Amino acid sequence: MRRRQFLVLSAASIGGVLVYSFDRQAFRLPAEDRSVRIPLRFFTQDEAMIVAAASSRIFPSDESGPGAREAGVVVYIDRQLAGPYGRDRYRYTTGPFDEGVPEQGYQGETNPRQTYRDSLKNLAGFERLSPAEQDEALAKVEDTYFFRLLRAHTIEGMFCDPIHGGNAGMIGWQLIGYPGPRMSNLKDVDQHFGEAFRPKPASLQDIFGKDTKLSISEDEK
Amino acid sequence: MKTLPRTDVVIIGGGWTGLLMAKELGARTHLSVVVLERGAPREPHGYFTDMDELDYAIRLRMMQDSSLETVTLRHHPKQRALPIRQFASFLPGTGTGGAGEHWQGWSPRFPPDFFELRTRTLEKYGTQRLPEDCDIRDWGVTYDELEPCYARAENLMGVSGKAGNLKGKISPGGDPFEGPRSTEYPTPPMKMPHLAEMFRDAAQSLGLHPFPIPAATISTAYTNPDGVHRLGCVYCGFCERFGCMIGSKSQPTNTLLPVIAKQKSVSIRARSSVRRILHDQIGNQGHARGVVYVDSAGQEMFQPADLVILASWTLNNTRLLLLSEIGQPYDPLTRKGTLGRNLTHQVSFGAATVFFDTPLNRFMGAGSSGLMLSDFDADNFDHEKLGFLRGGKFLVVASGARPIASFGVVPSSVKARWGSEWKKAALRHYDQTGGVVFSGEHLAYTSNFMDLDPTYKDHFGDPLLRFTLNWQDNERRMAEFAGARGLEMGRAMGAVETSPFAGLQNYDSTRYQSTHIQGGTIMGASPEHSVLNPWLQHWGVPNLFVLGASSFPQNPSGNPTLTILAQTYRTADTIVERYLKRPGPMAE
Repeated sequence: MRRRQFLVLSAASIGGVLVYSFDRQAFRLPAEDRSVRIPLRFFTQDEAMIVAAASSRIFPSDESGPGAREAGVVVYIDRQLAGPYGRDRYRYTTGPFDEGVPEQGYQGETNPRQTYRDSLKNLAGFERLSPAEQDEALAKVEDTYFFRLLRAHTIEGMFCDPIHGGNAGMIGWQLIGYPGPRMSNLKDVDQHFGEAFRPKPASLQDIFGKDTKLSISEDEK
Repeated sequence: MKTLPRTDVVIIGGGWTGLLMAKELGARTHLSVVVLERGAPREPHGYFTDMDELDYAIRLRMMQDSSLETVTLRHHPKQRALPIRQFASFLPGTGTGGAGEHWQGWSPRFPPDFFELRTRTLEKYGTQRLPEDCDIRDWGVTYDELEPCYARAENLMGVSGKAGNLKGKISPGGDPFEGPRSTEYPTPPMKMPHLAEMFRDAAQSLGLHPFPIPAATISTAYTNPDGVHRLGCVYCGFCERFGCMIGSKSQPTNTLLPVIAKQKSVSIRARSSVRRILHDQIGNQGHARGVVYVDSAGQEMFQPADLVILASWTLNNTRLLLLSEIGQPYDPLTRKGTLGRNLTHQVSFGAATVFFDTPLNRFMGAGSSGLMLSDFDADNFDHEKLGFLRGGKFLVVASGARPIASFGVVPSSVKARWGSEWKKAALRHYDQTGGVVFSGEHLAYTSNFMDLDPTYKDHFGDPLLRFTLNWQDNERRMAEFAGARGLEMGRAMGAVETSPFAGLQNYDSTRYQSTHIQGGTIMGASPEHSVLNPWLQHWGVPNLFVLGASSFPQNPSGNPTLTILAQTYRTADTIVERYLKRPGPMAE
């Protein structure tokens, strides 16, 4: 077993009130607190810092609203990679491996975990670059399989149910006016034409209660 | 291998067709029936807490596990076939109920001329208009013969809709191009969200004939002829890729299992993977002896049976016959052999993405709350100056937009795909974007077929199924035509910007189209061209029937479930009323 790794994030680096997902709880970090330590399941601390910085350039925190940093996207990606998806549990990985045409789909032998591990080595020090330099570094790899995964995972981490570690405090859903898995729209579906109808968001745990056992993919063996 | 006690009937596959056949035999005969389902067991109402986009719609929790078995793909025989390592362009289901659990619920009938496609096309256009290598066929059954079974299938599921042609009388609000129906739909159309109403107005302004999508996500509570009661839809928007939370979407588990549960003569064995149908020869005819399967403990079992019903998902029907060496595999060089031919995949794509300047509240909806139109379907429009035959349906559906899959669609004027500029545009357009969908026919060609892959194996060590499949000019031109019509419809809806469909090039296994892959064990009036006779009975093995869309000689624009249920009823009638009284070939 490797030594337990933590993602340590300082409040001052971003400023203001942060919301991080911490053991599936929305965790509020006031500006006066110095830092928060989030246990990592797959990434090393260095890797997590790069992923946090890179996902935050894909979905930045800017004048149009909060982004990957506030939603805890890196926590989401860490859990996905640690789970069955990260090790390609459900992909056909029998050889021979051969290069095909694009329409035959991804043919690589490398699973998502390894793809991240290999590619993050080339981005060492990324989190210390200026935003402009970070964008330049990402632009150089934006046609790679790794970047495709990172971009997709960033969107997933922004808008998944918070039970998966991303979308902390339903911040992604609030950003787009999505109410979560609403149990019934029967009275509203043919109403509100031309006006924004924005019910208060609720997550699976809000709806079913914290005691309801919800089986989620990243916790599977 | 352990040999089990004989059963009268063994059914391979516990999805729509297998369970419907089991229910019918359970209700109408005293036969002992064993259903073998290779996936996990499911209960009638097992989906209450499962509205999780990530696990279900993105990680595909309900689908067949690609790591165990997939298919290989090549566009032509000179290319090396490689495995589709993650299903994407179609999504096979698994577990009790099969793909019938996670389907979307669109339930149109096929147009009458589609069942006699070869005859009708040659009558009107002659051979010179047929594309090269085209291999369209008549089904050996007509719309009129199937019509009573269509009505029964609609009543089984309680399909919501509005008749357009009731006994020959055209009535407004329905599909004026549909074949004559003997009955109105069992439940009224679904509620229409804003986007659908915008499409209705736009289509009518263009002189077209939109009608409510016939929906198995029913509009109101309904009790079917078997006494099964289901609730009306609440428009939560978790239909396709999910099981229905409240059971208003008709699924094998909520529509058939409650009846089967009371039938002592029917038993379902889940986690039972059939690997072979054993057969020998009696006189000049083949005879199926039963099936070999691997049970949940990994033990190999022989289940002897007098009657074998192959009712697995469409591709698995073809593969199991190839692995069992039943029938003559198709040879593309000599064009002899029937097993594996006529592989088709419905030509489905977003014809236009349309951007509005008004919020749509897209999170509300249902898999089939929307409208479709048949004005450019089948041979309903003038093809004189067009470079293709046939056509398809246009649809606008508010299926309940889920954020991971829906976020990030921006007009083509926005070049960035990440970063601040992209984020800002994506946020602005998130709830103001709609799509016009096209779902078109795919003709059969002698060059598109299935056989066993020489290299890649499944987890048992059996060869994977190999696709040799590509689009031809007929589909590419149809797609171009559909893209142009889609843009017109989008503009008429009041779009401030539109993005066209990129066009069809080569068959792409990475872009979701539909799960409507068909052919391989096609039906027809002559054993020279088909695997099954018009009763879905194997031409060479009379005690073997094959159910499902593997029997379709070519691919319709409409969704296949309703038709395969109608066909299953027709085959069940034949087995009960004719075959059991005098086992043998039902057609010469």
